[in-house]
Amino acid sequence: MDYLSIIFEQVYKILFLLVPVLVSVAMIVWLDRRVWAFVQKRQGPNVVGPFGLLQSLADALKYIFKEMIIPSSSNKVIFILAPIVTMTLALIAWAVIPFGATQVLADINVGILYLFAVSSLGVYGIIMGGWASNSKYPFLGAIRSAAQMVSYEVSIGVIIINVLLCVGSLNLNDIVIAQQNLWFVIPLFPMFVIFFISALAETNRPPFDLPEAEAELVAGYQTEYSGMMYAMFWLGEYANILLMCAMGAVLFLGGWLSPLEIYPFTLVPGAMWLILKILFLFFLFALVKAIVPRYRYDQLMRLGWKVFLPFSLIWVVLTASFLFYFNLLPVN
Amino acid sequence: MKISRLIKTIFMTDFVGGIYMALKEFFKPKKTINYPFEKGKISPRFRGEHALRKYPNGEERCIACKLCEAVCPAQAITIESAQREDGSRKTTRYDIDMMKCIYCGLCEESCPVDAIVQGPNFEFSTETREELYYTKEKLLDNGDRWENILDANIKADNIHR
Repeated sequence: MDYLSIIFEQVYKILFLLVPVLVSVAMIVWLDRRVWAFVQKRQGPNVVGPFGLLQSLADALKYIFKEMIIPSSSNKVIFILAPIVTMTLALIAWAVIPFGATQVLADINVGILYLFAVSSLGVYGIIMGGWASNSKYPFLGAIRSAAQMVSYEVSIGVIIINVLLCVGSLNLNDIVIAQQNLWFVIPLFPMFVIFFISALAETNRPPFDLPEAEAELVAGYQTEYSGMMYAMFWLGEYANILLMCAMGAVLFLGGWLSPLEIYPFTLVPGAMWLILKILFLFFLFALVKAIVPRYRYDQLMRLGWKVFLPFSLIWVVLTASFLFYFNLLPVN
Repeated sequence: MKISRLIKTIFMTDFVGGIYMALKEFFKPKKTINYPFEKGKISPRFRGEHALRKYPNGEERCIACKLCEAVCPAQAITIESAQREDGSRKTTRYDIDMMKCIYCGLCEESCPVDAIVQGPNFEFSTETREELYYTKEKLLDNGDRWENILDANIKADNIHR
């Protein structure tokens, strides 16, 4: 009976997190298309529901009723597993994102490591999908995607080291609390910029959307997918984008902290601030999608390995020396 | 030259400029309209669906001179005529094959009595081919339906002729 109540409590907590995340993923797709359209002076989706807010639900409904085609030459188990893996990995990472001092599903002491591990695993869904399709475009898309995500994960890892040097803890709540006086976006601004660009590459967003470059690869690793499986890839992708925005908000923009600790700002709950910061970052994501052309593959690799990696490594040395010289290293 | 380019790259001036431009465009009025609910402006000269007009007393204008039939480059118009009991020449058949028609407006130009005109309606798609073989009844019906607009359009365009 005790076990049962614990399980129920946990399931309740998980649902309380997952349902808003899934709903906001649907809304974020709408926001993305709308921002994209507005920059191009179009109206964007505005028919379904108020301001077209229910557009994603209509799309999802369409995908549910579409036929799921499984190519006869594909590896069926892996083919079906791939979108499930993508979706699951994009969602389980939310367990450690703190929405408040106590509002976190799993307050583990290696939170950032877990987040990093899960977001790295995300590439498996894409590789599995591309390989199991047994078709050339998905395969090429998957290879590109794997190379791209691995390259940019390296620089994201080094950037995280920068932040961790200033915090002295891997717990995400500790990272947020360490920014009480000064958000890390100010002292580590170059790192924030590199993190943002790496996050674009990590989530296959333009200008780094080479894995699904429609001019060359049809739709990359998603080419053979249809119906609900395609929708799951799609949801997983946007859940990943949202996760990257949340990661940026927690690491650099002070997570659930309000920008100023004065009267009108303290009334707003911490979760609201986090959501606002995530939305701000996502708005930037959407703007970037509208203004940049796609990178060439060699340019992408050059940027990742020859620019971002050395630069962030040098910045680690700089941060460490600065903290050491001025005796600011965090002590636990 | 090289150094200025390096500085441009490091501070990502082009990118920041792009973001600024995007934000500026973001708040500008939109160029697209919600089509079935809002419609764009159409010139009085617009050449849409055909109509056969009548005089205000209800007499049909067409005198079966067959100029439109002769001028039609797509040969979409078929006219047969007969003398009516009161001695006037009228059409017994006036067909337009709307699928052959290229909407050039020559029939409208050639008509000496402003009988055949092309109205502002461009939303007359049908589900079958047969519905696009317009007969005299259909064309006269169109004329009755759009008369106000057709009359206004001819008046508005007249000053430019």
